[in-house]
Amino acid sequence: MGSNLIDVLVNTIKIAAIFVGIVSTVPLLVWVERRGSAFMQNRLGPNRVGPLGLLQLAADAIKFIFKEEFIPTYSEKVLYFMAPGLTLLPAALTFAAVPLSTPLTIFEHTYKMQIADINIGLIYIFAVASLGVYGILAAGYSSGNKYSMLGALRASSQMISYEIAMGISVVGVLMLYQTFSLNQMMTEQLGHLHFLWLGKNVDVTWLPNWGIFFQPLAFILFTTSAFAETNRLPFDLPEGEAELVGGFHTEYGGFKFNMFFMGEYGHMITASAIITMLFFGGYTLPWISPDQVSQFWTVQGQSLVGILHLPLNEVASLLTMLTHLVSFMVKTGFWIFFFIWVRWTLPRFRYDQLMDLGWKTLLPWSLVNLLATTIIMYFSRMS
Amino acid sequence: MLDQLLPILVLAVVVIGFAVVMLTLTFLAGPKRKPTPAKQMPYECGVPGQDQGSTRFSVKFYLTAILFILFDIEVIFLYPWALVYSDLLKFGPFILIEILAFMFILTFGLFYVWKAHALDWD
Repeated sequence: MGSNLIDVLVNTIKIAAIFVGIVSTVPLLVWVERRGSAFMQNRLGPNRVGPLGLLQLAADAIKFIFKEEFIPTYSEKVLYFMAPGLTLLPAALTFAAVPLSTPLTIFEHTYKMQIADINIGLIYIFAVASLGVYGILAAGYSSGNKYSMLGALRASSQMISYEIAMGISVVGVLMLYQTFSLNQMMTEQLGHLHFLWLGKNVDVTWLPNWGIFFQPLAFILFTTSAFAETNRLPFDLPEGEAELVGGFHTEYGGFKFNMFFMGEYGHMITASAIITMLFFGGYTLPWISPDQVSQFWTVQGQSLVGILHLPLNEVASLLTMLTHLVSFMVKTGFWIFFFIWVRWTLPRFRYDQLMDLGWKTLLPWSLVNLLATTIIMYFSRMS
Repeated sequence: MLDQLLPILVLAVVVIGFAVVMLTLTFLAGPKRKPTPAKQMPYECGVPGQDQGSTRFSVKFYLTAILFILFDIEVIFLYPWALVYSDLLKFGPFILIEILAFMFILTFGLFYVWKAHALDWD
């Protein structure tokens, strides 16, 4: 956290700001999803409350707070109230390791745009994200309703099944970058596409050095598994309305239900951020390194600084940070939109098809990807 | 190490605080009506509920969980190997042969489970 009081204060504010950011992104995403689905289905969507229906989110949040609390007869009381929190907690904690932008340097203090710079960032995210199963399981078990129970069983079963394919598909990426640190992964993806082949350097200047060009199969496997991990359509069997009413949150209403929703969207945001970081260079701009951006702003900032008497390095650092933050948000935003796009395009799977896809298709293909990466790397590193 | 994890602890406290405050707020702000037995019954589509939620479920779920533990441990073993693979390549093909043997065992396990119909959902 830091040694002196100012550092501790700044870091606490940063943590609070990022948490508030996630919490306020969720209603915005709900709006995007509802408007987007309406657009894709040639409907209008929410358009009455405020401009473009944007205030619908505030109206929903207030309505959630003023709902009546009720406790189902056969529920396990303590678990029933803990379950929404248990779902929200891992979703918010996973985001702690995501680097949002380049560090900001103000008067010789460097502040990382990341809650915690963990050197095993990727493992941390996987470990915490898979804890999300407990919240869903607790919700289904404690509700005392057979639909909730079945929904929770389906959810936990599909999440653990797809975790294997997801885990193996990432191994290929790890072999490439040789690090668990998300910041280091981004530095590995700087510049244009270049690699070693049979002891010779190969340069492809018209493509950025992104992970997707080295691991296309891993990208497909990872993204597909991410849909199952976040319980999104086409894999939203845990809450398949036609069969299970509402799935694991059948007995929940009001803000407790909203917290499940926030958990789901939180997982979706983190999944999009990981896809961006592993395969699309994270917050870095394609072809251009953060150093070049910093240089550009130092040169450009001089005229601005001259008029307003601002310190040059701080202004350049701030502008660099903002540039990369926008880059990160554009990339992650696209993948979040992709999640929504797929939801309103593909129909739901049947449960046996879902499990077959996980165990009999994705898992063997992830092994094939691992084997291919192993052998290709063996030959490319031979001199 | 603690220095890296402390912010996460702070975030966890913030999230739990948020959850507790929001639940208390709904508890205070929501309407208080006397609960009726019908309202508190587990949800059922249109007919009076009968069971108490202790539904029996397929043994397949247990089987999936057991298989998950087996395969996930194998995945965990791959992670440290992935980090050192291209560094250790300069010492010759030993590391390649090793991983091929490991992957053969993993694939054979999957093949066995598949042929034993443990992955079938009917």
